Amino acid sequence: MMHTTIRREQLPEETRQASPRFSLSGISKSFPGVRALNKVALSLYPGQVTALIGENGAGKSTLVKIMTGIYQPDEGEIAIDGEGVSLPAAHSAFVHGISAIHQETVLFDDLSVAENIFLGHAPRTRFGLIDWSRMRRDAREVLEAMGASHIDPDTRLRELGIANKHLVAVGRAMSIDARIVIMDEPTAALSAKEIEELFLLIEFLKSQDKAILFISHKFDEIYRIADRYTVFRDGEMVGEGMLAGTSQNEIVKMMVGRAVDHIFPERHPTIGAPLLSVSTLSHPTEFDDISFELRKGEILGFYGLVGAGRSELMQAIAGMTRTSKGTISLDGKAIASRSAADTVAAGIAYVPEERGRQGVVIGLPIFQNVSLPSLKRTSEFGVLKLASEFQLARRYTERLDLRASSLSQDVGTLSGGNQQKVVIAKWLATRPKVIILDEPTKGIDIGSKAAVHGFMAELVAEGLSVIMVSSELPEILGMSDRVVVMREGRIVSIRENKGLDAETLVRLAAGIAA
Amino acid sequence: MSTTELAHNRHIPDRLDNPLRSALFSWETLLILVAVAIFALNSLASPYFLNAWSLSDLTFNFVEKGLIALAMALLIIAGEIDLSVAAIIALSSTIMGMAVQAGVDTPGLVLIGLGVGLACGAFNGLLVTKLGLPSIVVTIGTMSLFRGIAYIILGDQAYRGYPASFAFFGQGYVWWVISFEIVLFVIMALLFWFLLHRTSFGRMVFAIGNNPVAATFSGVRVERIKFILFCLTGLMAGVASVLLTSRLGSTRPSIAQGYELEVITMVVLGGVSILGGSGSIAGVVLAAIIMGLVTFGLGLLNVPGIVMSIFIGLLLITVIALPILWRRLRERQGA
Repeated sequence: MMHTTIRREQLPEETRQASPRFSLSGISKSFPGVRALNKVALSLYPGQVTALIGENGAGKSTLVKIMTGIYQPDEGEIAIDGEGVSLPAAHSAFVHGISAIHQETVLFDDLSVAENIFLGHAPRTRFGLIDWSRMRRDAREVLEAMGASHIDPDTRLRELGIANKHLVAVGRAMSIDARIVIMDEPTAALSAKEIEELFLLIEFLKSQDKAILFISHKFDEIYRIADRYTVFRDGEMVGEGMLAGTSQNEIVKMMVGRAVDHIFPERHPTIGAPLLSVSTLSHPTEFDDISFELRKGEILGFYGLVGAGRSELMQAIAGMTRTSKGTISLDGKAIASRSAADTVAAGIAYVPEERGRQGVVIGLPIFQNVSLPSLKRTSEFGVLKLASEFQLARRYTERLDLRASSLSQDVGTLSGGNQQKVVIAKWLATRPKVIILDEPTKGIDIGSKAAVHGFMAELVAEGLSVIMVSSELPEILGMSDRVVVMREGRIVSIRENKGLDAETLVRLAAGIAA
Repeated sequence: MSTTELAHNRHIPDRLDNPLRSALFSWETLLILVAVAIFALNSLASPYFLNAWSLSDLTFNFVEKGLIALAMALLIIAGEIDLSVAAIIALSSTIMGMAVQAGVDTPGLVLIGLGVGLACGAFNGLLVTKLGLPSIVVTIGTMSLFRGIAYIILGDQAYRGYPASFAFFGQGYVWWVISFEIVLFVIMALLFWFLLHRTSFGRMVFAIGNNPVAATFSGVRVERIKFILFCLTGLMAGVASVLLTSRLGSTRPSIAQGYELEVITMVVLGGVSILGGSGSIAGVVLAAIIMGLVTFGLGLLNVPGIVMSIFIGLLLITVIALPILWRRLRERQGA
């Protein structure tokens, strides 16, 4: 294994160039149709935070699942303190002192804080019953040691905010005397203040000599808290070393493996008159006073942080949720849509963000997925015309360069990227005037990403108008004609994508003054 | 999938499997073999079995339940269930009995029988789709409710005195040994086969059963279709009620007791996934015939009713487990 050579004096006193507490080597894992991990390696050192960096779909979550015994690797070795171990089940990770804190904590909402901390290893009385008073006392001690004495061990977890839930999760890690702590995007749902508190906690864990894996998409956080980095790209480990002395640019280069602006198709947009107008659209809780116009032949990017209300807004436009106020009109005609069926009929297609839950119907073959919203056109008096269904499916899937062995194949047997192509084909088959793509390349491989981007460019060239919700800045900057930035349910800015830079967008989305 | 990278936009075939080959290894083929085996066993076990009239009598064992199973199959494929069908038969039969006392003649009785079934189904459907309640709970409730009403109306009495012309539905023959019931069953089976496998309605039923959220996003009116399916199931229970009441010539509140389990056993034995999303009408029809053969065969052998009930229970458990084992086996072969 290669390590970047580090001069000893760069290191803090207590972090000797020790041997790794936890190391994975040569780990591979395949799923039907996709190789998620290819001979990757990762080492965690006691008292150090290692940041695992990579784009969506790089294989980070798969690795975490292997580290916590949920997935079994196809090959490779796992060692703790130099000794080979196997993690055949979630319980074995627990036994080896591996504890994970997930993006949305996987604790038990209806149990108390103390129960959550001690679940599975609660103190017992002589009779084998749970020693409640001792459990409470111990829980309080654990929380106090972490500086979280404001949490009452008797509170039901449901009543705590996400930041405090993280604290409980860390408390649980402390209580099982975990030596390896995995944090999978713990800051995703936290406020700035809560993130600071979490960092204090991570410092505390470091001081306790824990080996910590920290996964985040945010560079400022990584540089703020991590000591080492490991970069994954498309299921491979492409670099690792100490963060000090490594620039952000170097890491970005490792992540994407090529200059970012080259992967987007060149476009010569001819933008026409306004097509879709949304005016003062409001929802009781999710978004407020939204007004914008989408012009013919335009790609309008929607950028914002998670929770900015973008998906909720798009689902309202798609007729999935009711609004409290405001109007939507297409081609000057107001749409009074009460369901997705009405919106589809009006000419608006919404490709949802959660592909597995909202997009594909797993269990049905590809062609039936594609024809589902267009059944009126592939049937006569309600009777299906199989030939025209196949024809419809073929026309759109082949255009998207779908990789499938036949159109009668269950859509569930396809890789994520190809499933996404089926979902997009399904919506294009409705012959929409406006297509809303919600995180169209989330969690799909680079090749499929390029295919989707290329296809978007073709679509607008043919006169379709596209709304693209994306959290990936390169995608927003690479594809959009104009960019709408949302924050906390409101539009904070609409800008032409000329000379626009990532920094500006991030500042707008986060509400930081320039 | 092959790894040969062809040029862009390569052709994707409609299907790979030879349809004949996949039909040969289907659940339905297995059911046919089972049916033939039981048929053979029956003929060996009893000298009275292989006889046109015996075989005709046999059909009365499954037609009423089979008719409900046709609609129930669609409901279960869509991810819902209706446990109140037997109680609907009882309530529908009771109201028909009341109508007889009031002097209503055969056409009116049939309308009432079907109408009560439809109304009960609509009631189930409203509770499930409008209030968002789980159908298993709703229909356990209405199962008690509908039969309870029948008991209140009838007590330990029975309604008799159905008009002579009413007897045709359950006792009449269209030609020689071909009963009205079996003719109706064949017609209904064809109609339901067409509805499920050849219409966009049927396609949406499958979509809902596999992923209701994605179906909603695709513009499928999920709640409306579920409501229609509950109505249809209630209506078929109404049809069964007319047939059964006509066949027995009387109504007691305990009529059709336990039918719901046999109906669901038929559906599941027919290869419909109890979790929703897959199944076929052909399978359900075959399962109905198998159930008829088995109960008739046991009857010929003078097996007491309680043993039959144990047998139905075991069959239900087995057929829920079997398709899962069968699928695993096929997956292992496919992998």
